[in-house]
Amino acid sequence: MKSLAELEAIRKATISKINVRKENEAETVRVVVGMATCGIAAGARPVMLSFMDEISKRQLNHVTVSQTGCIGMCRLEPMVDVIVPGHEKVTYVHVKPEMVPRIVAEHIVNGRPVDEYTIGAAE
Amino acid sequence: MDIYRAHVLVCGGTGCSSSGSATLIDRFNEKIAENHLDKEVKVIRTGCFGLCEAGPVVIVYPDGTFYSRVKPEDVDEIVTEHLLKGRKVEHLVYVDHATRQQDAEKKLEDITFYKHQHRIALRNCGVIDPENIDEYLAMDGYRALEKALTQMTREEVIDEILKSGLRGRGGGGFPTGLKWKFTYQSQADQKYVACNADEGDPGAFMDRSILEGDPHAIIEAMAIAGYAIGASQGYIYVRAEYPIAVKRLSIAIDQAREYGLLGKNIFETGFDFDLNIRLGAGAFVCGEETALMHSIEGKRGEPTARPPFPAVKGLFGKPTMLNNVETYANVAQIILHGADWYASMGTEKSKGTKVFALGGKINNTGLVEIPMGTPLRTIIYDIGGGCPNGKKFKAVQTGGPSGGCLPESLLDTPVDYDNLIAAGSMMGSGGMIVMDEDNCMVDIARFYLDFIVDESCGKCAPCRIGTKRMKEILDRIVEGKGEEGDIEKLEQLAQTIKNTALCGLGQTAPNPVLSTLKFFRDEYEAHIKEKRCPAHHCRSLLQYKIDPAKCKGCTACARICPAEAISGTVKQPHVIDVQKCLKCGSCMEKCRFGAISRV
Repeated sequence: MKSLAELEAIRKATISKINVRKENEAETVRVVVGMATCGIAAGARPVMLSFMDEISKRQLNHVTVSQTGCIGMCRLEPMVDVIVPGHEKVTYVHVKPEMVPRIVAEHIVNGRPVDEYTIGAAE
Repeated sequence: MDIYRAHVLVCGGTGCSSSGSATLIDRFNEKIAENHLDKEVKVIRTGCFGLCEAGPVVIVYPDGTFYSRVKPEDVDEIVTEHLLKGRKVEHLVYVDHATRQQDAEKKLEDITFYKHQHRIALRNCGVIDPENIDEYLAMDGYRALEKALTQMTREEVIDEILKSGLRGRGGGGFPTGLKWKFTYQSQADQKYVACNADEGDPGAFMDRSILEGDPHAIIEAMAIAGYAIGASQGYIYVRAEYPIAVKRLSIAIDQAREYGLLGKNIFETGFDFDLNIRLGAGAFVCGEETALMHSIEGKRGEPTARPPFPAVKGLFGKPTMLNNVETYANVAQIILHGADWYASMGTEKSKGTKVFALGGKINNTGLVEIPMGTPLRTIIYDIGGGCPNGKKFKAVQTGGPSGGCLPESLLDTPVDYDNLIAAGSMMGSGGMIVMDEDNCMVDIARFYLDFIVDESCGKCAPCRIGTKRMKEILDRIVEGKGEEGDIEKLEQLAQTIKNTALCGLGQTAPNPVLSTLKFFRDEYEAHIKEKRCPAHHCRSLLQYKIDPAKCKGCTACARICPAEAISGTVKQPHVIDVQKCLKCGSCMEKCRFGAISRV
């Protein structure tokens, strides 16, 4: 037997699990990882996994992680786009798993892109 | 908590299951594991998406890519391309019937088939995993029950349903709120709530899809109903021919009990409610309310005369409230969003939405939910995509064996209970079977009557004997032995049956004949007087002929003919021996030059 509060907790937890199935959600933040051959070779998979890990740890219901192909700057892989609705897309380059917690904490949670990791800083 | 970056939704409804979706799910899981994606991608078996024509259907989120007619061998490509590398497999994407284009970027709700729809009863079908109560909870599940039990009085719940204008979706169209009110007002030590899931109309499968895709919605609604009328026990009467629905419903009931959403003292409000499933053996008449209740009691499924109505004396002699599956599917939404929200959709006397099962000669066979008042034309052409192979539309049959056929001239009728009755048909449970120029209307009427003759329980004479006599006349007509006066005899029998049969099923049994007589009388007359079937459908009344001008003498027809009725020499026009011809049609299918025709 579950109490009303327990049911509410199940609702909240499940929403973050099935959030990925909602389309065109205005408030959804998208994390897009470049996962073409160049990206995977440069280590994009552990990066993507640490994003998913971090997001589930913080129970961020409104974030989806998806993949994309090669955008042509293979030397900068692994590349990750963070798209916050209403803001310009921010592209992070040479992303390593250990950089992920900071990107999630500062950019996705607090809304301040980590400038030193971005493509602007690298170029 | 496990978060997956991508969800692969595979339709597990009956339609897609029979075209192999279970194999797809196994293959997906296998391939995903092989590519080490099992921590990132999750495969979910959902209920029906509605677009059964394009099954098996697979949707990949977060992209929302809609793959149709997926074969097991396609799975490898979707996994290695889309799931591993993020590249959508364009050639497997659904082809929109209106634009004839494959657009991998197109979202589900932009597809022409879904664009005109408004999903309330089907809102979770194809969206959630029906075997997981948590997903239903996440879609605001059981919030309506919570609201009803903790914030509303029983009278307020009934009032809300009454104000919403919801009417029985099983076919009768009786105001649901009134039914609730009458049962509430009956005094008794025990009352019952029952759900009619004995969907028997040929071509209708919305109740099955709701039970398969969103079983908790029915459980929640029945618990609300139990609270409103003061019942602590409910029964769901579902036909045994729906094994997937029965299985998911049983799982859902167990889960609800485990969470304390069924059982004693729900939400600590002192309200007790539990549910049991009763399996029907598939008799059509058990969809009739009194017969259904006798069947639940373990007696023979035969109707009895009303009154007393079930609201006064139903199951086990106690007041009982019986609603159809689709009716219940709307209840939680009405409680949650209010009667005004629901009543803002639809027409003056028919509120909300209605689910239709499109079938027959139509491109997009499937399940659609539209606001009441949508014209038939929109349903058949815009959503359904019209008749296949460029054939001409002839009629649409609504309401199953109790309904009728509507011709082209009535296609602009806005669909609601009253308009359909005025047009000579009825809403019924929502089966919609489309016929094109190749369908003979006399034969269609005969098909429905055949069904009734088969399914008549035999208790009353008008239905048992009357429909049999009607069918014998129709049999004669399609065999070319129709006589002058047959039509009048049919009409007289139909009227008598309508006036004297015991239950609703018998009273409406002659409707298919009456409506085809009303709109397609000329076809009956052609059969009887000219011994001709205008649709070239009735075997006894047609002949196959080879056009000597078109025949190239390829001998293909002569070789396929099982009766050796076709003769001729190579490169010379062939001839069919009418005496030998079995009228099987094989030669016509085989001919590449279109030289063979039915006359």
